[in-house]
Amino acid sequence: MIEAQQLTKRYGEKTAVDRLDFVVKPGTVTGFLGPNGAGKSTTMRMIVGLDAPSSGSVKVNGKRYDRHSAPLQEIGALLEAKSIHPGRSAFDHLMAQAHTHGIPRRRVEEVIELTGLQAVAKKRAGAFSLGMGQRLGIAGALLGDPATVMLDEPVNGLDPDGVLWIRNLLTGLAQEGRTVFVSSHLMSEMALVADHLIIVGRGRLLADTTVQDLVRKHGGDAVTVASGQPARLREILSGPGVEISGEIGSEHLHVSGLSARAIGLKAAEYGIPLFELGSRTVSLEQAFMELTHDAVEYHGATITDTLGSAA
Amino acid sequence: MTTMTATHSTPQNTTHTTTETSPAAPQHARPRYKVTGLRVLRSEWSKLWTLRSTWITLGLGLAFVIAFGVIAASQYESGGGPNDDLSDSTALGLSLFGLAFAQLAIGILGVLVTAGEYSTGMIRSTLAAVPRRLPVLWSKSAVFGAVALAVGTIGAFVTFPIVSELVSGTAAELSLSDDGVLRGLLGAGLYLGLIAVIGTALGALFRSVAGGIAVLVGVLLLVPGLTSLLPNSWEDEVSKYLPSSAGESMYALTHDAATLSPTAGLLVLLGWTALALAGAAYRLKRTDV
Repeated sequence: MIEAQQLTKRYGEKTAVDRLDFVVKPGTVTGFLGPNGAGKSTTMRMIVGLDAPSSGSVKVNGKRYDRHSAPLQEIGALLEAKSIHPGRSAFDHLMAQAHTHGIPRRRVEEVIELTGLQAVAKKRAGAFSLGMGQRLGIAGALLGDPATVMLDEPVNGLDPDGVLWIRNLLTGLAQEGRTVFVSSHLMSEMALVADHLIIVGRGRLLADTTVQDLVRKHGGDAVTVASGQPARLREILSGPGVEISGEIGSEHLHVSGLSARAIGLKAAEYGIPLFELGSRTVSLEQAFMELTHDAVEYHGATITDTLGSAA
Repeated sequence: MTTMTATHSTPQNTTHTTTETSPAAPQHARPRYKVTGLRVLRSEWSKLWTLRSTWITLGLGLAFVIAFGVIAASQYESGGGPNDDLSDSTALGLSLFGLAFAQLAIGILGVLVTAGEYSTGMIRSTLAAVPRRLPVLWSKSAVFGAVALAVGTIGAFVTFPIVSELVSGTAAELSLSDDGVLRGLLGAGLYLGLIAVIGTALGALFRSVAGGIAVLVGVLLLVPGLTSLLPNSWEDEVSKYLPSSAGESMYALTHDAATLSPTAGLLVLLGWTALALAGAAYRLKRTDV
């Protein structure tokens, strides 16, 4: 459980985090989403007490982070920047962290195994690839068996294997009843793992919502379907609450208000062969773009505008 | 969306099973961990010894004390006469000839112990584990100070018998039972211990390896030279309170009006150490990482 109240961080004139109010609840994956420079990392650093808020407060499991007697057991954090000494081996790094809390060696070995670092645990961490470094950071975050796990851009720079591993790890941790708080600047990535979304831009809270709500609010769950008989398909799919669009002469239809499954079954019932059937997750990306459009620090103007008008 | 959720349910179960086999599953029977001062000390101890630079630098420091002491003694012994700077040396002075070099090695390693964490990013892990912060500074200083004290004391007590043996029968001859010798050797160890703490504090104060080392070297080597720019009447008054001079009176055999007594030297150096630590503590507690 993380609770931020009017959390603010100013650097001179610039306000990096601007009166943020949010609650991260246990048992779900909460995505912390926003364009680069939106204040996500700063917020996370304030949660674990590395940066002091200019005003407002943030509590972890009911208390300020530094008031806990075993901080690593309350929240395990992977921060965006590297937080290791390159000259120390992965095992020694974790063991030194463990010593501060009286965490036994057995637990260190456990997290090394959990993150698949057995083969390189005795090697200097400085020689690690980006992916290995990320795994070591996650091992450190899990070390204290924390009730809350907080990861800042964990999939950045990872290969597809690593990305999949993180996704499964996050959902697994939430299923165990932990609070999972994970930041990203990629909506597509968040959509796959997060149930709840906290969206920020320029340090301000833009939305505190669920993935479903966000989608519903911004044009709904759309499905793209292609067939040889688009006109006939349109006829059999139409009904109350169903919206269908498509260009004349195109095989593709965009359907909202029906699941891909329902469309497939309906088409089979009427014997219409389908060439393509897919949920348009891109609509989430568009919803995100719309929300953050004004809050993006540096625009690639034309690109954003094109995508915006496509929505 | 629906399809995606369905696909990762399989590998997800794998993760789940792995975690469940761990004895430290979260909700039921979580072990009770706790940060204590002793544990932070234990952590800093292990951090110190798990870096190669520690071994190399401490080895160098010890080698400086022993090797330069022995070289100086054999130089004195073979020179035999008033032909050089060593002519009015004593066995104690010759034994501690390498201290000037050892203090740099030790002081620089002290800077690395703290500033090295900022340059690598390790400090974020360290302070996330100990968010009260100050125990980290105290532990680093205590651990490295004690280690440097041990290294310095060992170096002094290993070198002295060898040097004594080399210069026996000359004017420099001294034995451990002579006035001030034991105090001088212990003082040398204590001096290195305090320089180590000052280095550690400077590293934490400046958060930069280069900055910390620059200030350390400046204070130990350059500032003493600068005092000659002061008017004569001030020079002695000021320079004896400098960390290097105060330290020297801890391990020198003889004292005069221009130097502090060994006890006063120790107190003054302790004062400098406390000042450096106070600055480091203030910055550590007050500024973002």
